[in-house]
Amino acid sequence: MSSAKLELAPAVPLSPATGGSRPPAWLGPALRWLLRLGSLVACVLVWEFAAASRLNLGLVTFANVPPPSEVGPAIWKLVSSPKFSNHVGASLTRVFSGFFAAALAGVLLGLLVGRSRRLEDVVMPPLEALRPIPAVSWIPLAILMFPSSELSMIFITFIGALFPVLLNTVHGVHAVDGRLVAAARSLGAGRIAVLREVVLPGAAPSIVTGLTIGMGTSWFCLVTAEMIAGQYGIGYYTWESYTLQNYADIVVGMVFIGLFGMASSAALRRLGALATPWYRLREKQS
Amino acid sequence: MNTTATPQGNIEIRHLDIHFGRGAARFQAVSDVDIQVPGGQFVCLLGPSGCGKSTVLGALAGHLAPSRGELRLDGEAISGPHPERGLVFQHHTLFPWKRVIDNVAFGLKMKGLARAEREGRARELLHLMGLEGFERHYPAQLSGGMQQRVEIARSLINRPRVLLMDEPFGALDAQTRLLMQELLLDVWTRVRTTVLFVTHDIDEALFLADRILVMSARPGRIIEDLAVDFARPRDALLTTTEDFNRLKRHCMDLLHHDRGERVLERLSPIGEANAKSLSFAV
Ligand SMILES: Nc1ncnc2c1ncn2[C@@H]1O[C@H](COP(=O)(O)OP(=O)(O)O)[C@@H](O)[C@H]1O
Ligand SMILES: [Mg+2]
Repeated sequence: MSSAKLELAPAVPLSPATGGSRPPAWLGPALRWLLRLGSLVACVLVWEFAAASRLNLGLVTFANVPPPSEVGPAIWKLVSSPKFSNHVGASLTRVFSGFFAAALAGVLLGLLVGRSRRLEDVVMPPLEALRPIPAVSWIPLAILMFPSSELSMIFITFIGALFPVLLNTVHGVHAVDGRLVAAARSLGAGRIAVLREVVLPGAAPSIVTGLTIGMGTSWFCLVTAEMIAGQYGIGYYTWESYTLQNYADIVVGMVFIGLFGMASSAALRRLGALATPWYRLREKQS
Repeated sequence: MNTTATPQGNIEIRHLDIHFGRGAARFQAVSDVDIQVPGGQFVCLLGPSGCGKSTVLGALAGHLAPSRGELRLDGEAISGPHPERGLVFQHHTLFPWKRVIDNVAFGLKMKGLARAEREGRARELLHLMGLEGFERHYPAQLSGGMQQRVEIARSLINRPRVLLMDEPFGALDAQTRLLMQELLLDVWTRVRTTVLFVTHDIDEALFLADRILVMSARPGRIIEDLAVDFARPRDALLTTTEDFNRLKRHCMDLLHHDRGERVLERLSPIGEANAKSLSFAV
């Protein structure tokens, strides 16, 4: 009804200053993408130049850095060799075992601790005492504590993910609107129902954040642990390449560590978005 | 719906005192409140913001423990929240992660009813509230007025003996508020239940209520018990009549006369961290 009036309005130019030949609107985004791509390509070219010419800047030298033109074929070589699935399989198994254990423990503990001050007082002080200790500094002790190096590496990834998951869950639980809990109780919900129907979904966005951060730290810890204790795995492969002086393969290892870390975090974010479809709506509204 | 012969929903509040805070910060929010409401009556609790209206309602809902006094429903002492005392807040207390139909059916889920049955009943209520077609929406996809209709439906599904409403239309624009008031009265004629409706809006109280209890500024006391016997059904024209304006002036005098300290408005004392009864352990 009133839309006819609205359509007329923009016919008058808003500002006389924008006259003349203005580039079409689609060119803006296209230009930005071009710039981004160009920047990437330029960096690879600089790397190629620095590595190929064995550039020595005194403080840092590129003499032993493999150029991208060697890394590319090395990536292909690794991917097409049977070693690849061994290394990747070993790393993924470790990271997912440790991460899932941490996710389970962190979420359950976080829900309980977040809901009960008593439990918080019992459970949190020892955990808070352990928290400032970086997970990777557990490596020597973990090797001593566990019968196999496999288990010790899983433990390291577990520790790495546990705190982000736990703390974000507790935070999410605390942030649940007390009126929602009151509403649920007035509608007949008992303690367990409140936990399942209100607290868990209410904390879910924060839990997803914790899981995503935890996944990142898990990877980071795993790679470090593998360099020290591993027999297979991408971190081990990277370190082995160094000791064997296969310098191109070092970068290949780094590339895959980055790729898998990125992919697992993206997958988690995606799963998180699927599990909390209502959350996006709420953000948009308020 | 359920029109039983035995009168139900008699509210009885005697010598109710409620304090908040600890130590030096302790203060009295509600002072010596006595309220008797016979079953089926529509009562508005009217008072300036911060006077303790929500606190009285929270106590009736069973979420706040009184420091002194008794609260009874049909002779039974109130000791905690219960679905027979439905509670409707001002806004944003639908479960944002549940679709409309699941929000409304929540009470029945808590009773252990099968999905098919609870969805059937929820659909009936959504129909009553004029919300067919929105079953699959999330609350964030609805307008404020629609969200409040869902809230009311969610409480009504438990067939409560009393409906406790805490400024349920306070966040709506004037136009929508008027529509919601008419809708509420219409629903109330079909689902006879005692209603205790909190508001600081004089027009709203006069339009809705059989009876208005006027509260003083903090600590809240009941300073007037006003019968409002305009004929029902009522429509918006009522608000332009002479009788309406006479009562309105009377209420304004009462509230004006008692305008005490200005207190920050809060949506509800329920759910505040330091409220006594609200530290649930698992
Ligand atoms: N949980 C609480 N802790 C401390 N003070 C509160 C709490 N809830 C409410 N109050 C205070 O008690 C008084 C009454 O609040 P309330 O019942 O919400 O008033 P109303 O609903 O009439 O606006 C107000 O001064 C408010 O600030
Ligand atoms: Mg209030």
